[in-house]
Amino acid sequence: MNSIYRTRSRTDKLIRALCFAATIFGLVWLGLILFTLLWNGLAGLHLSVFTQMTPPPGSKTGGLANAIVGSILMTAIGVGIGAPLGLFAGTYLAEYGRHEKLSFYVRFINDILLSAPSIVIGLFIYGAVVVPMGGFSAFAGSLALAVIVAPVVVRTTEDMLLLVPNQLREASAALGLPRSLMIRRIAYRAARTGIITGILLATARVAGETAPLLFTALSNQFWNLNLTKTMANLPVTINNFVQSPYEYWRQLAWTGALLITLAVLALNVIARLLDAERKTK
Amino acid sequence: MTDMLVMPKPTSATAVATPAPHKVAKLEVKNLDFFYGSTKALKNINLRLASNTVTAFIGPSGCGKSTLLRVLNRMYDLYPGQRAEGEVLVDGANILDPRIDLNLLRARIGMVFQKPTPFPMTIYENIAFGIKLYENLPKSELDGRVEQALRGSALWAEVKDKLDASGLSLSGGQQQRLCIARTMAIQPEVILFDEPCSALDPISTAKVEELIDELKAKYTIAIVTHNMQQAARVSEFTAFMYLGELVEFGDTTRIFTAPEKRQTQDYITGRFG
Repeated sequence: MNSIYRTRSRTDKLIRALCFAATIFGLVWLGLILFTLLWNGLAGLHLSVFTQMTPPPGSKTGGLANAIVGSILMTAIGVGIGAPLGLFAGTYLAEYGRHEKLSFYVRFINDILLSAPSIVIGLFIYGAVVVPMGGFSAFAGSLALAVIVAPVVVRTTEDMLLLVPNQLREASAALGLPRSLMIRRIAYRAARTGIITGILLATARVAGETAPLLFTALSNQFWNLNLTKTMANLPVTINNFVQSPYEYWRQLAWTGALLITLAVLALNVIARLLDAERKTK
Repeated sequence: MTDMLVMPKPTSATAVATPAPHKVAKLEVKNLDFFYGSTKALKNINLRLASNTVTAFIGPSGCGKSTLLRVLNRMYDLYPGQRAEGEVLVDGANILDPRIDLNLLRARIGMVFQKPTPFPMTIYENIAFGIKLYENLPKSELDGRVEQALRGSALWAEVKDKLDASGLSLSGGQQQRLCIARTMAIQPEVILFDEPCSALDPISTAKVEELIDELKAKYTIAIVTHNMQQAARVSEFTAFMYLGELVEFGDTTRIFTAPEKRQTQDYITGRFG
């Protein structure tokens, strides 16, 4: 072995050790967080969490039923509004507007929106919807979530459609397929799992968002399915309860945090499985 | 379909193109120029494709043979900045006319690509999909048409028991024959092959070549190929292109045995390209 090779080999070992150490360092904290969450959250996980409403101050009973349902409802509506918007815009960027100047600006603005702090989006909806409507509402909360979902879906939809080989588009055109049909029947089908993965990840992202809801849906101690009123949700409830002096509230906050984490974990696992399926195809 | 009888004109000084005086010209290219933006990729192309013949286009990479093929079904229209000037007559009608319906045109002039491009659906659907674009057939008749197309492309025996499998699950050669079947299923008049065998192994190549030979009974065929043996094997007419020009066009046997132009001779003897 000559000296050049020896040096290179030593450097390789050193870099590998550093990478390994960095990975372990990151994983240790993640593991500690999850462990603490499980330890504290599981202690308060009873059936009553899912059946009872959030308790008033000082109460020793109560659950998170209204907050869980509120979170699911607002997330669903937010994704329901944001995902189709993102899907259409992403389709425009990848299919119709690929050579248009407009696409450049849309993509640029979308990238800004993608990295906008969620509290800014919450404040925007506060100014644009909450104030004109005269009060906090679950609908405003859903809109704020939709504004976060849309750019994520725009990006993933565009990326996934761009992965569809151009030969497939030409082959479709060669059969005399109109472009709209090519997109719906060929491109969407080829990019399906990728697009669904993107929507799932966007859902996971907004499921735990607190800031946008703080200025829009606020929270609600009671059962409410009326979208024009304030609505309980897990992130804001956790935020409120964790700062309180009441032992029972803090316990519920841990349990709520555990539930969100598990839900997000489940969405991520599904997204990963779909992605793996996409890659093997 | 008005098969106009176009009598061939006498060969002029430059590379013109009137082989097969006894055959009907299905497709005629007149004074065709083609531009990628401001780059001129085809220069004053004139040629005729006779009905029920196979015409091969050969020439070094970048000579414009694929570009020419993509003019014949207006595939270039998918991309901004590409334009053609001149005339391309199919049965006497100019298909470069902007008023022409591109989808209907492409249904008449099918295309098979270099890489197999099965759609992400079942083998059956790959064929039926195209048919359903133009015809409303009862299931039994559709089944018949799918089978006919798959038999026509010599694929039926290999796939008849797995029509519900994904088109992507087939081997490369099978995928290419699936694409040929898909193209035939909508009953075009002309089929354009853009290097259809360059991604295939020798056995699959032989199968596709056999198929092309059979197809000319029904269709007018143009094939771009980098493989000169292939051109010699499958075609009756050969066009040699170089730097965007049609250098020589004529009987395949004559082009390969007694080319008139020096460039043609240099290319087919492997001196460049």
